Amino acid sequence: MSELLQATAAQGRDGLRAGSAAPRRPWFLRWSWSPLRSRGAPLLVPLALLILWQVAAARGWLAEQILPAPSLVLQSLAGLAASGELWEHARGSLLRVGTGFGIAAVLGVSLGALLGASRRAEAYVLPTFEVYAQTPVIAWIPIGILLFGISGKLAVFLICIAALVPVVMNTFKGARHIPPAYLELARVYGLSRWRLFSRVVAPAALPSIVLGLRMGLSQAWLTLVAAELVGIERGLGVLIVESRNLFQLDIVLGVIVLLGLAGFILDKSFVMLERRLASWRGPAG
Amino acid sequence: MATKQATLGQWLPWRGLVLPLLLVAIWELVVRARIANPVFLPPVSDVVRQGARLVSSGEVWVGLRASLARDLAGLAIGGALGIAAGVALGVSRRADRLFLPTVDALKQISPFALIPLMSFWFGLREPAKIAFIAITCVFPMLVNTYEGVRNVEQKYLEVARIYRYGPARTLALVILPAAAPSILRGLHVGVFFSWLGTVGSEYFFTAGPGAGNIIIDGRNASRMDLVLFGVVVIGLTGYLLNVAVGLVERRVLHWRTQER
Repeated sequence: MSELLQATAAQGRDGLRAGSAAPRRPWFLRWSWSPLRSRGAPLLVPLALLILWQVAAARGWLAEQILPAPSLVLQSLAGLAASGELWEHARGSLLRVGTGFGIAAVLGVSLGALLGASRRAEAYVLPTFEVYAQTPVIAWIPIGILLFGISGKLAVFLICIAALVPVVMNTFKGARHIPPAYLELARVYGLSRWRLFSRVVAPAALPSIVLGLRMGLSQAWLTLVAAELVGIERGLGVLIVESRNLFQLDIVLGVIVLLGLAGFILDKSFVMLERRLASWRGPAG
Repeated sequence: MATKQATLGQWLPWRGLVLPLLLVAIWELVVRARIANPVFLPPVSDVVRQGARLVSSGEVWVGLRASLARDLAGLAIGGALGIAAGVALGVSRRADRLFLPTVDALKQISPFALIPLMSFWFGLREPAKIAFIAITCVFPMLVNTYEGVRNVEQKYLEVARIYRYGPARTLALVILPAAAPSILRGLHVGVFFSWLGTVGSEYFFTAGPGAGNIIIDGRNASRMDLVLFGVVVIGLTGYLLNVAVGLVERRVLHWRTQER
């Protein structure tokens, strides 16, 4: 009986959250298990995995050479950080991502805006660009090696190539799909070309451009590791390869987690930027 | 007006060929004028000759067939996992709340970072390659399926309830068709990433037959003509894969255009 009461209470809250007019979902789409609704729920799975991993390592279910314990991973990472070696690698990587992504952002927004502004430019350039966009960045590695040798420039080159694609495509879409009403209004006001661009086109396309930049950054981060696997002097990807060759799987795992964490933080900061832009833009968009 | 549009339409695609032809012409001019080092920029004719040799000897086809088989195997595994997990997270708020943040964090890990680890765990042969390809495409499939399922309109679910559909029928007749556009968008991204994963696996794991061999051999021999031909083959294949998904999309979503 009390179970039933709990269930109905939970449904009541569900209904409230979805708006009081919302109809009931089919029974198998409903849920009611309140501990899961606490704020800490998202941490349950990582925590459980971490505990399982630690137990597996402590009990020796898997050899340490294959899966070192999380405590060992943390310890090794702390050691690397204390010696300053980790920062040196991280600085190299961040610098490469920053440079490559910066170049791609400037080039990409310009090219995307050009394609969006001129249908003629689109007809001439877009088909070629689409083939380029579908070419995996790995295919450019040998060209990069022959042009730049195995160096930091190779990574910047590859990052730039990969990050360019989403930036161009989203800027293009944003500039092309401006609501016709905006343009008509601008015509009514008799805006000059420059003002049309700065007051109407650029603000209307901005959310799409930011989305493109966000996807570009994620591509840059992905490509960084591929480029560094080829072997450059300093970088997080290099650290992974070197540690693997020395059978230091604790460091390999630690750096993988670090890379994921850094990518996660970068992505979330872009999401926050998007939210800010959305709130400034208001419900009209 | 209509006839003018039609002729314009016939003429339009050709404009897309201007840029590649122009680039090739500039390339040839640069080579003829001896501006560039031929090691870095071989004459167009060299690339064409290498290409013709590889095509006529059948080497390209053997490599492409192996690569595409690998690609499809990885895509099938990654796609099935991604769609299944996406549906589960989209349908169940409980699963959503428990797993989505973890998925969000995991998808930020570059698959390439896993290569050293995977080579350790799975070796360097075919299973490792296919596992790697599956990992590269599982997240885009998952995220897009999830969004499609999550955004199924309430009124469709109501209809399912009125008809007293069970879970299986609701899924097959209501949720999946409604989410199909989003799932296919995921397939576009997934196919791109699986091809990236295929070429990446051929580059970073041990060599077997594959389209990536052309560029790897070219790099090892410092032969830019081979490399450039390989890039063209890989790029065109990626483009055609994307076109193929577009055709599937048109076919599957046929009912949508009829509806409007």
